[in-house]
Amino acid sequence: MNITRSGGLVAIALVGALALASCAANEGGTGSDTPSDLSGTLAGAGASSQGSAQEAWVAAFQTANPGVTVDYDPSGSGAGREAFIAGGVAFAGTDSALKPEEIDGGFAGCVPDTGYIQVPAYISPIAVIFNVDGVEELNLDAATIAGIFKGDITTWDDPKIAALNEGTTLPSASITAVHRSDDSGTTKNFADYLSKVAPEVWDAEPADPFPYASGEAAQGTSGVVDAVTNGVNTIGYADASKAGDLGVAEIKVGDEFVAYSAEGAAAVVAESPAGDTAGDTDLSITLDRTTTDPSHYPLVLVSYIVTCVEFEDAEAAPLVKSYISYITSEEGQAEAAASAGAAPLSPEVSAQVATVLDTIVTG
Amino acid sequence: MRMTTAAASPKATLRPADRIFSGSTLLAGSLILVALAAVAIFLVAQSVPALTADPNELKGSPDSFWAYVGPLAFGSLWAAFLALVMALPLSYGIALFISHYAPRRLAQSLGYVVDLLAAVPSVVFGLWGIKVLAPAVTPLYGWLVENAGWFPLFSPPVSGTGRTILTVAIVLAVMIIPIITAVSREVFLQTPRLHEEAALALGATRWEMIRMAVIPFGRPGMISAAMLGLGRALGETMVVAMVLSPSPKLITIVLTGSQNPSTIAGNIALNFPEAHGIDVNGLIATGLILFAITLVINSVARVVINRRAAFSGAD
Repeated sequence: MNITRSGGLVAIALVGALALASCAANEGGTGSDTPSDLSGTLAGAGASSQGSAQEAWVAAFQTANPGVTVDYDPSGSGAGREAFIAGGVAFAGTDSALKPEEIDGGFAGCVPDTGYIQVPAYISPIAVIFNVDGVEELNLDAATIAGIFKGDITTWDDPKIAALNEGTTLPSASITAVHRSDDSGTTKNFADYLSKVAPEVWDAEPADPFPYASGEAAQGTSGVVDAVTNGVNTIGYADASKAGDLGVAEIKVGDEFVAYSAEGAAAVVAESPAGDTAGDTDLSITLDRTTTDPSHYPLVLVSYIVTCVEFEDAEAAPLVKSYISYITSEEGQAEAAASAGAAPLSPEVSAQVATVLDTIVTG
Repeated sequence: MRMTTAAASPKATLRPADRIFSGSTLLAGSLILVALAAVAIFLVAQSVPALTADPNELKGSPDSFWAYVGPLAFGSLWAAFLALVMALPLSYGIALFISHYAPRRLAQSLGYVVDLLAAVPSVVFGLWGIKVLAPAVTPLYGWLVENAGWFPLFSPPVSGTGRTILTVAIVLAVMIIPIITAVSREVFLQTPRLHEEAALALGATRWEMIRMAVIPFGRPGMISAAMLGLGRALGETMVVAMVLSPSPKLITIVLTGSQNPSTIAGNIALNFPEAHGIDVNGLIATGLILFAITLVINSVARVVINRRAAFSGAD
């Protein structure tokens, strides 16, 4: 009896070990293929929009490099930039590019006067989601979206909405517009799009909190999606990957109405002009929100990674270089697309980023 | 030594076990005070920067810190008050049913069920609030606003998602019912048997007996039960953050609208993750205000209880 039992245990242990081993093998495939001799701890902090992508990146990277521990603290873009400037973390994630005064102040973790690196790492299209009885498709332009969320347009059969949706029967019900109740880069990018394209309606400065006292508020992306799903005649905005089965409005770009797509989001990032601070190692862009090219989807969030060219702590350099190279590589971007619904960087942007990362001094 | 002590006062023989036990109870008692003091010191120390800073640096650039915390304090009190109004009659009713009406076996199992309700984590109540309650009450709110919109509490427009302060108050009421019920049930059960039998012997019906014997005896306990419930409703964070559709800087008594006053605890939960610098101090300062409010409410309750205790009818 005892022998049989222990035999069973051995069998279970064997099967378990095999299963675990095969898992590990699979995960290893998503990381770097070269065997790694990297070791150490790498700390980053910043945008919570990157949070779920960072989790996936960290998991894949640590599987490929067992000696490395990466910590990403999704404490918010502002907190991340501050922590990086103060030298507390080796890299920061941020939804808005470094401000000129932040760059002028220098970075405690970098060798003085060696500059900094700022590259796009995470692109997420923002979808305008709606739940209206009997309406399957909805076309909106920026001025109408701004009017709805500001509280100027209050019913679904408002002439401004009807004019964009000929042939669709809109109910004469009142609109419940749902925005984020917590601070969010999604709100900031949504507001930035509206204030650039429809400045005559959206007169508030884009910022993380929602600016107007109108409509409803819900906590987090999932809260907004929930409120829109469970409510009646609702509309909201959320990271496109979380839109689920809800109706998604097509927004007007040029003369056409465009649905969100990963390609459209990546295209607008690839073709947007360089930002005010852009330079050899700074790939920040000023998103071309007012684009009229219908292959673009300008309602998009871009999140950057900021780090040093030359680190005071020379041991951090190879870790940062290899981690950031991984997340901006094709496989890293595919990982973020699969696990966080991000839109992958276009190959050209990816290549530019790789060139910039090569300038990191590693010894 | 022991001999001498024993001789001096024969009753005061202290064995090691006595010393250890009295020492540990003393330690436990003072630990509570130390913890409370530590919390108070932390709150005050962390609040000072926000209280002395230029209010323009705080989130939303309010005119002053008080303009920032005022609407939140109102929201906290308003939500807790609404919850209490709904929970109190229900809880006392359940408690009286368990203690004086229900057959013993039913009373016991009902007691277990109510206690079980107290063990449900608030995040679960929050999910229930969003997924079940809010969609369910939305048509009711629509009807109320349509037919009773003239009444200030239900003035239009109506919320399209049902995530209003009234919904939050209902969830809070469900959460505090078990606490109030458990405490007042215990108190009602303590009513001296003689009082009850005397009332019945004088020809009182069961309800009259409860009114004359049970409730006067239990009143201090009923008040402290209500205060415990109020404390939980005031401090509840998760449910408010998840369910409420808040609009900062707003003071309104409308129960069914899209824009609702936020609460201190809910506001901290929503804004803390992304806060940094002076905003963290600002949020902690609002926590200090909540701490002060709870302290005041509890002291008032203590005074009321002490005043009533004198003629509670005990003994």
